[in-house]
Order: sequence, then structure tokens, then C-alpha cells
Amino acid sequence: MADLTTTFLGITSPNPFWLASAPPTDKEYNVRRAFDAGWGGVVWKTLGEAGPPVVNVNGPRYGVIHGPDRRVMGINNIELITDRPLEVNLEEITRVKRDYPDRAMIVSIMVPCDERSWKEILPRVADTGADGIELNFGCPHGMSERGMGSAVGQVPEYIEMVARWCKENYDKPVIVKLTPNITDIRYPARAARAGGADAVSLINTISSITSVNLDTFSPEPMIDGKGSHGGYCGPAVKPIALNMVAEIARDPETAGLPISGIGGVTTWRDAVEFMALGAGNVQVCTAAMTYGFKIVEDLIRGMSHWMDEKGYRSTADFIGRAVPNVTDWQYLNLNYVTKARIDQDACIKCGRCYAACEDTSHQAIWMHEGRVFEVNDAECVACNLCVDVCPVEACITMERLPAGTVDPRTGRIVSDDYANWTTHPNNPAARAAE
Amino acid sequence: MTSPLTPGIVPGRLPADRLTENFDDLHAPYDGHEAAVAADRCYFCHDAPCITACPTAIDIPLFIRQIASGQPEAAGHTILEQNILGGMCARVCPTETLCEEACVREAAEGAPVEIGRLQRHATDAVMARQVHPFTRAAPTGKRVAVVGAGPAGLACAHRLAMQGHDVVIHEARPKPGGLNEYGIAAYKSTDDFAAREVDWLLGIGGITIAYGSALGRDVTLEGLRDTHDAVFLGIGLGAVNALGAPGDDKDGVSDAVNFIAELRQASDLAALPVGRNVVVIGGGMTAVDAAVQSKLLGAENVTIAYRRGRDRMGASGFEQDLAASKGVRILTNVRPVAVHGNGAAAEIELEYTTDAGGTLTGTGETIRLAADQVFRAIGQALLPPEGLALDGRKIRVDGAGRTSLDRVWAGGDCTTGEDLTVVAVAEGRDAAEDIHKALMA
Repeated sequence: MADLTTTFLGITSPNPFWLASAPPTDKEYNVRRAFDAGWGGVVWKTLGEAGPPVVNVNGPRYGVIHGPDRRVMGINNIELITDRPLEVNLEEITRVKRDYPDRAMIVSIMVPCDERSWKEILPRVADTGADGIELNFGCPHGMSERGMGSAVGQVPEYIEMVARWCKENYDKPVIVKLTPNITDIRYPARAARAGGADAVSLINTISSITSVNLDTFSPEPMIDGKGSHGGYCGPAVKPIALNMVAEIARDPETAGLPISGIGGVTTWRDAVEFMALGAGNVQVCTAAMTYGFKIVEDLIRGMSHWMDEKGYRSTADFIGRAVPNVTDWQYLNLNYVTKARIDQDACIKCGRCYAACEDTSHQAIWMHEGRVFEVNDAECVACNLCVDVCPVEACITMERLPAGTVDPRTGRIVSDDYANWTTHPNNPAARAAE
Repeated sequence: MTSPLTPGIVPGRLPADRLTENFDDLHAPYDGHEAAVAADRCYFCHDAPCITACPTAIDIPLFIRQIASGQPEAAGHTILEQNILGGMCARVCPTETLCEEACVREAAEGAPVEIGRLQRHATDAVMARQVHPFTRAAPTGKRVAVVGAGPAGLACAHRLAMQGHDVVIHEARPKPGGLNEYGIAAYKSTDDFAAREVDWLLGIGGITIAYGSALGRDVTLEGLRDTHDAVFLGIGLGAVNALGAPGDDKDGVSDAVNFIAELRQASDLAALPVGRNVVVIGGGMTAVDAAVQSKLLGAENVTIAYRRGRDRMGASGFEQDLAASKGVRILTNVRPVAVHGNGAAAEIELEYTTDAGGTLTGTGETIRLAADQVFRAIGQALLPPEGLALDGRKIRVDGAGRTSLDRVWAGGDCTTGEDLTVVAVAEGRDAAEDIHKALMA
């Protein structure tokens, strides 16, 4: 079993799986049980300022998107930050960190966007002995109406300002948690770095309405006939999160900035993918909320087994390995010519590839007598839709045409050379190839 | 109190609660979630093979999609548009040799989408509402006589009524439904489903049924032709083939179809007599229905004796497995040579056979089985009405169900083609469309 010990911002945890700041990390009882179950660290549910705590709605606070068999694909929530007194949380954090010194304990914080508020809470958090803080600039619902959460995360100048206050008033690592509810994730990430933040974590949840009740015509989750947008998370958001992590990892202005990856991590594979795209560790919430804390055992065993198979000794061996392969469209090799190939032995003759190609793509699949489906290379643009909709894994594959052969679609000889849009003759801005 | 070990043909071999349990629904209906999970397995194939395999060409991927998207009742409409007896077909169709055999998931993993059970889920949803979903076209003033209120006749009558014609069905028996009511195992049509389905079907209006009205006895084909614009014959099959072995007339030897009918009509299963040692001669669905139900009534030993190999049995693999799972022994390559006993059957003597080269021959070796009850299930024959050309032993029809007589159509078991409920429905429906076309021309 490969050792999963991971050091992130100098904080060592036995594995790279942290529970994200959310309901699972709201109190001592849960966090102790999470650590006992094997989680490497937690980001404690977001603390607010001292005084009367926030209140939550008293009706449903979660909505859901189900896949087959009611598999949870995505959950959205309208829950606010912790609704328990600050003092209680701080005492509990202190006790838990004392009892679990080998686990990462990060405290998530959200207080009003003024320096006094941050100066007041930071020393009290420092006193808990926690390993670092995470600034919640992400939550898109509720608190954002009060000028906090994503209302801060959507303004790079605020991010930079608050990050700077925190670095000036707190000695340990400062992580800025980013909201995905922006147009270009690189700007808030750059602002976090400019403010001196040690790392970013992303993504927080996505503004969303999960469904509409067609009897009451109210959005879900519904409170007395009304609904409010919530924050969406879970497996459904993973592709969005992966891209945002990769954008930050490959941006020259933020390259090297540590990233804690969040967004639908459900299996060890999800975690590896985030880490390959540059995340130093991952945070998990929805998977735990769906399956309970025990799910971490699959994450641990799975990643370890995969590392053994691949010969990786440490998570550092694969963190960021996929980053160099993320590029702009304009640099993709236009001489990489592939065609769909249907394995007739594996084909179960459902015809989905045919329907998809014939109705919605390039009319490049023939349906022969006896429901035999065959690719017409003269029309196939290698779009991959047939592969995507085929219910049989590896039945349809994309095979590269060897250099020197003729692509029946274009009539051109496939070249070995790398050539992209920047040099393509159809590109008005193309640089002349020398 | 009798038991499975009591000799002879006696009632009450099992306590009432066991009987109730034994004759409960063969497949419990899906609940909503089970249906959703099962429906999700459908790939919504292009030009789906299951549709082609369905004699009534139900748009199976579409109705399953409708279940998946939360509208089982709308799914039911999709089914019933093609097959008005979709509820019964969901229960009795040999789906393993029709739609489910064609399902691509059968080829892929040996586990087809459970189309039959999904169809039941959808049609049950429609039936639960107790509102007839179809309406009649404006009255045409045409009158059509239908002979036989079985699946073919009912399907024909319903489609004709929808088109605005008035229909009179002549049914020899006291109840409608034909084999749905009298000829299938009780555990396939629980809670009086066959009767409820006919009631619901008649909700279209414009159909009257004359019970106890048999062709050749109470009405004649000539008479019906004279008084109606068209006639549809859905008369099914009559006579049961004989064993062709000495002792066929002994007490305890009877037709499986009668046993099945009595069982279906019985108000108290505990009062229904069954033998201790039952032997069913035949290899089709009727043989299995009789054998399994004998076992479920409490017979100690039940044997199906079939003259050829298993692969030649008319009963599907599923039915054979069902019989085996209920404790019925299937003996193949044996044929009856005599029923022995002093007045009443006591033993049956079977001769082993070989059908090498396709010709069935006896080997001369025989075996005797204890048999106080013997059921004939070796096929039924048409009792042909006069004046109709035949095709072999069935009424000759063209693709639209037209017989050799002008203005007379026929469909179902009395015509050529597979003797299945779903085939009968398709033939009745298609004949109705052709009758409509002819009447409106």
C-alpha cells in the first residue's frame, strides 16, 4: 500500500482527503468521528463573527438531482454558515486538534468585509491551535446578500484586501476559497496571490435551482411556496471544477500557487484527476453526505492501489502531471486525424451511435442489413459522439490514421507533422510557416 | 382432511392459506421505484428490435421512456393504442421469445429489459384510473358481428367501435375473455383481471355481447352475413386431440383445458379435486399450466410427458423452468401407449422414443408411472364453420384477415399463425382496420 501522506502548505496529513467546510464538519461530534473513520483533515464549518449566530431556514435546505436509481448526482443547499455560537466552535476545535495532532485542522471564516471584524476573530482562531484558515469567499446564497461569501469572491480587489489583512494578522497558512460564480477564475486566483494568500481552494458551490415543483410552481428546495437559488455541488460539478483548477495551475501568474481541489470528488479516481491537474490535495463533502464518512476508505485504498500499480511512491509523484497537457484550443494538433471504429464483436446493435450520428452529427455511420453498423470514413469527422453514447465500453474507439495514409473525408495525406490553427492557412492571423 | 399423499382424485390436499399463497401473482407488480430502475435500463434503441419482435408492434422504447420520465399512465396509452389487451399480454406473453429475446441487453448480458413487467406497470396505471382512455368516432351506421369474445374478437370489436361502427359479439360461454378467462393459469390473471380488463375495454361503448350464443347452434354464419355489414370470426379452437392409446376413456383421464377452465372459475380452490399422481401428456403452455397448477393444488407427483426432446417443447424455456421450480418432473422422449386401471386410471404406460432424423419412432422400451389423473394437452383442433376455405386445419385468410367468403374476416387461434394472445390481438385489430376500410369505401 503506497503511503498517502501529503504535505500541503507545510501541513502534513496522513492522506490528501480533507472534509470540506460544510455540514459534516459543523461540530466536534462529527469531526471526531470523521477522523476516526480515517479522513486526513477537515476544514471546519465556516465561523461567523461573535454575537448571536446566524439562523437557518426551518424548512428544506437541500435540493437534489438524481441519476438512475436515485443516485445523487448533485445537491444544492441554502444552508448558511455555522449557526452555533463562535465560542462553542472555538472550544471544540481546540479540543479536537489537541486530540488529533496528526490531522489537518483548518478553520473556515466568513466575517464582514472590514478589517476590524477580521482582526477580532483571527487571534481567537489562532488560539485554537488549528493549522490554518480558509477564507470563505465562495458561498453564493444567503450570506452573499449580506456582502459576504461570493459577494467578496466576485470582486478580486476585495479578495486581495481581505487576504492581506489575514496575512498581517495571522501567522499560519491562509487559504482563499474561490467561488465559481464568475467568468474567469484566474482573476480571483491572481488577487488571492497578490494579497499574499498561501493557497486557493476551489470550487465553492454553483448558483443553482435544482428543479421546479410543477404543482406549486415553486423552485426546489421550497420554503412555504418560495425558493431561493442555492449552491450546487456533487459529481455533476466536477468537470467545471477540474477546468477551473487547471486554469489556475497553468496560468503563468498563478503557476505554483498551491491549490486544494474541491468539486464532486466521489472516488479515488476523481481525487487523482484533481491532483493531476495541479491540486495538492482534495476536499470532499457531497460524497460524505451521500455515503457517510466510511467512503474515505475507498478513496484511501483506491488511490493507494492505483499508485502501487503505477509505481508512484508519493502523491507528489503525480500531482500536477497533467498540467502541461492542458493547452489552448489553438495549439491542438490539426494533423491528429482519427476515425471511429466499431468492434463488431462487442456491438450489441442498439443503434444509438447511428441515431446520434445520423440525426445530430455527420451522417457517418451506415446501418446495414441485420443491424450492422459501420463507420463511413469519408464522412467521419471523429467527433466522438458515437463513442460517448455507445452503452458498451470500448466498443467504439477512435483510431488514429497513420501518417502517409489518405483521409477519405478530406482526400489529403495524413501528415506526421504537428500543425495547429496558428499556422493554418484559413486563419487570417496565421503566422507564415517558415 | 386430505393431504398430498391421499390416494385418488380428491379436493383439499393443502390448507387454504397455502393455496392462496400458491396461486398468488406469479410476478408481483413493480412499485414506482422498481419500475424507474427497470425502465432506466432501456437504451432507447434506434429502430428498436423489440418493436419488430412484438406482434402488435408496441412502441416499447417510447413507453419505457414515458415510465422513466414519470408518466406510467401516458406509457399505458402508448401501449393500448397498439394493443388494447396490453394488460393481459403483459401477464401472459412469452416475452422471453418475443420482445425480451430481441432486447439488445439480452444479447449483451443475458438480462433483457423487463419489458413485460414494465408493460404491466404502465397498463395497471391506466386501469387503476377506471376511465376508458379512447373515444369513438362519429357513428357510421354500420353493424358488424363478431363471433367469439376472446382476444381476437375483443380487439376487433374495440377497434371497430372506435371507428364508429356498432358491434355485436356472439359468445358461446357465459363470460367474455376467451382463453384469457378460461384458458390460462390462475397465477397469471389474479384478482379476476381478465374480467376486469374486458369490462374496462367495453367502456369504449358501442359493443354489446350476446352470451350463450354459439355459432352453428344459436346463430349461423349465413344469418350473421345477412343481418350485418361484416362478420369477424374469432372462434378459437374446439376439440382436444385424443391420446390415441387404449384407456383414454378411463375415469381420471380428461382434457387439460377443462381442468384449467374449472380451476379459473372455481370460487374455492380447496374444493377442487386433483390426483395424487398426475401425468400431463403434451409439451406446450397448456401442459405446463395444467401440471404446475396440479402441483400447486397439492398433488404429490406431477409429471409432464412429452414425446420429443426438450428443445421441441412448445412451452418456452421460462415456462419449463417455472414447472421445474414448482417441483414438476419433465419427462421427454416418451409417448403414451396405454392407460391402465380397473375403471379408473391407476398407471400410465409410456414408450421411449427417438426422433433421430426427424421421424418419431418408439424404441419398444416402456415405463409405467403411477397415474390416478391424466391430462391430455396435445393440442386442440378447429371445428371449422361450413363454407370457409381452410389452410391446413385452420381458416384460410389473407394478410388483412379476409376469408374466402365475402364480408367475412377471421383472426386468432382459428386462423394460421402462432396461437398467442398477442397475435390474436394483432389479427383482430388489423382485421378491424380492413373491415373499416371496406365498409367506408
